[in-house]
Amino acid sequence: MILSVLHVTTYRYDTPVRGVVQSHRLTPSSFEGQKVLRWSVEVEGGLPGGGYRDGAGDWVQSHSVRGPVSEITVRVSGDVETRDMAGVLRGHREHVPPEAYLRETVATAADVALRDLGQAAVTGARDPLDAAHRLAAAVSEAVAYVPGATHAHTTAAEALARAEGVCQDHAHILIAAARSQAIPARYVSGYLLAADAIPHEAAHAWAELWVPGLGWVGFDPANRCCPDERFIRLGSGDDARDAAPIKGIARGPGSESLDVTVAIQSVQQ
Amino acid sequence: MAPTYFNEMYQNGQVRPPYRHLEDWTAAMPAELRSLKQAEAEALFRRIGITFAVYGEGGDPDRLIPFDMFPRVFTASEWARLERGIKQRARALNAFLVDVYGRGEIVRAGRIPARLVYQNEAYERAVAGIVPPRGVYSHIVGIDLVRTGPDDFFVLEDNCRTPSGVSYMLENREIMMRMFPALFRESRIQPVDRYPEILRRTLASVAPTKCDSDPTVVILTPGHFNSAYYEHSFLADLMGVDLVEGQDLFVEGEFVWMRTTEGPKKVDVIYRRIDDAFIDPLCFRPDSMLGVPGLMDVYRSGGVSICSAPGAGVADDKAVYTFVPEMIRFYLGETPILQNVPTWQCSKPDELTYVLENLSELVVKEVHGSGGYGMLVGPKSTKEQIAAFAERVKADPGNYIAQPTLALSTVPTFVDQGIAPRHVDLRPYCLVGERVELVPGGLTRVALKDGSLVVNSSQGGGVKDTWVLAE
Repeated sequence: MILSVLHVTTYRYDTPVRGVVQSHRLTPSSFEGQKVLRWSVEVEGGLPGGGYRDGAGDWVQSHSVRGPVSEITVRVSGDVETRDMAGVLRGHREHVPPEAYLRETVATAADVALRDLGQAAVTGARDPLDAAHRLAAAVSEAVAYVPGATHAHTTAAEALARAEGVCQDHAHILIAAARSQAIPARYVSGYLLAADAIPHEAAHAWAELWVPGLGWVGFDPANRCCPDERFIRLGSGDDARDAAPIKGIARGPGSESLDVTVAIQSVQQ
Repeated sequence: MAPTYFNEMYQNGQVRPPYRHLEDWTAAMPAELRSLKQAEAEALFRRIGITFAVYGEGGDPDRLIPFDMFPRVFTASEWARLERGIKQRARALNAFLVDVYGRGEIVRAGRIPARLVYQNEAYERAVAGIVPPRGVYSHIVGIDLVRTGPDDFFVLEDNCRTPSGVSYMLENREIMMRMFPALFRESRIQPVDRYPEILRRTLASVAPTKCDSDPTVVILTPGHFNSAYYEHSFLADLMGVDLVEGQDLFVEGEFVWMRTTEGPKKVDVIYRRIDDAFIDPLCFRPDSMLGVPGLMDVYRSGGVSICSAPGAGVADDKAVYTFVPEMIRFYLGETPILQNVPTWQCSKPDELTYVLENLSELVVKEVHGSGGYGMLVGPKSTKEQIAAFAERVKADPGNYIAQPTLALSTVPTFVDQGIAPRHVDLRPYCLVGERVELVPGGLTRVALKDGSLVVNSSQGGGVKDTWVLAE
């Protein structure tokens, strides 16, 4: 499948800011499930920094804007050819050992409920892959997809207690539950071709669990599936903050407002 | 049985050779002259400005570290062996860092548990895959040593991040030379004053590949409220480099820049005295006001060098310490010259049992602690203190290690009643860049309280000038 992406993020400041620095994880990962046909990331008036591939295999590129500016637009567009790998991240080069993804973060700290969820899910699993599938299914069952019920800083424990959330919460809960059972897990950000094909206000996120023998395998509890040809993977991290496609900072007293549109379409071959 | 301590000056009633000059020196110094000299030393320290912030005790937080005028002396041959051992250790620690952020051969070979490395708080996933210039992560390695006999030295801990205290090594020497010039004419003492020059050269030697001219080096300090701020400004002065705070630096394009009155100036090497967590709010703690946003992206794309390199802390963790002799064998194929202190890991159930049963004889430390805070010295503690500490260890065993109480050597020290032996340790500063270098000396810390084995300045320790005699 060929997916066409247009992802526009606009930051507006009520008073002009200076010294804007952004760090981007906005380039599709390189593995057997996807191939970039055309890709560009543009920051209006931005000076690109040195890009590099980090230890987890993500391409990171920074941009800086001296300012003063009151608006910054990051425009990502391109086409990616995708294949259904049943969630397996095959052919992805990285240096970080899976054990490094067992440490808790604030967003993914496991409380008793998360540990119980994890324990109950893996009990009776036939093998590690089965355990991972059971964990993902348990998270889908436990938390309903309800936009607006949570916010960007909601932790896994809080979202599980509410039993409502969005893809970020599902991913955090799955990661926390998996790590509580000593299964390395990480947060993945990317894009998803939605069934309704209308532009969304946010990119997508899911989780990857380490399965001995297979390597990293993606699970999307929000959609009760493993990533297939409708998904584009951008990058990973310990949690949503760590894996954020755009991290940025600006100097100035003003407040920031954010406008995001994501349009993913399948292109007829 | 009362332990016997190795006295570095007197053995079997005889003065050991390196201390011969000092016997005459003290004999010729009556009590009045001594107190006069002590007052003079204190005035010099006050004027120069060395103070040390001590927390959690109330009172004036900026107090002087007590300086004891009685020097500690090593012979050239004693030092030669120490130097080989320290350099060996510094090389192995750096090889370990490059390895665990690379292929992790030592873990694959089963020589150190993966959990200890990759689940360690100090392991920075953000720098995995990065080989810093010249393969050096830790450019200033402070190795804390204690002595228990003529030829017996033990490494207490390694400091691979930003070891402090080197300003005392330099100041103590400076003040001794001013007050007792005759001593320095009579004894052939190897100089330490080249340290700032060697540090400058070491830092310049690890400039990034993108730097194509004479590298600009700066020291990044958290600011004047930091307990070691004096040292930061002192070293900047002596090296002739700028002392900057986070707000003085900014990232633009591929580089880090320093604001100057003549406009932005590119910075190539940052000797940072700020912890990893605070150096870049985009990469680490988002609430940090001390760091430089975007610094890590510039570092990781080869636009600037950071000393010590982010992630270096995974090598000096007290649980990883146990494996340093293994690192020396694994990476260098050599036999360790300096010994480790036997260490019990409270994370291991059987070792925890032993530790809890023998607390009254052991020293117990927090894995990530420093400065002598949060530790138990069993033989010097009351039953109540031991019982309270046992509860803390039981609540979080993985956070503690234990070691036998070592019979630390003593050096004569001026006290109210005259001269008496006091326990000492030693921190030399090994510099690692294009070359591995060590100035002949270090910081000798002395426990001023009679019988005390805790030398930390935050716990009432003092400092001495440390001499290494020429051949």
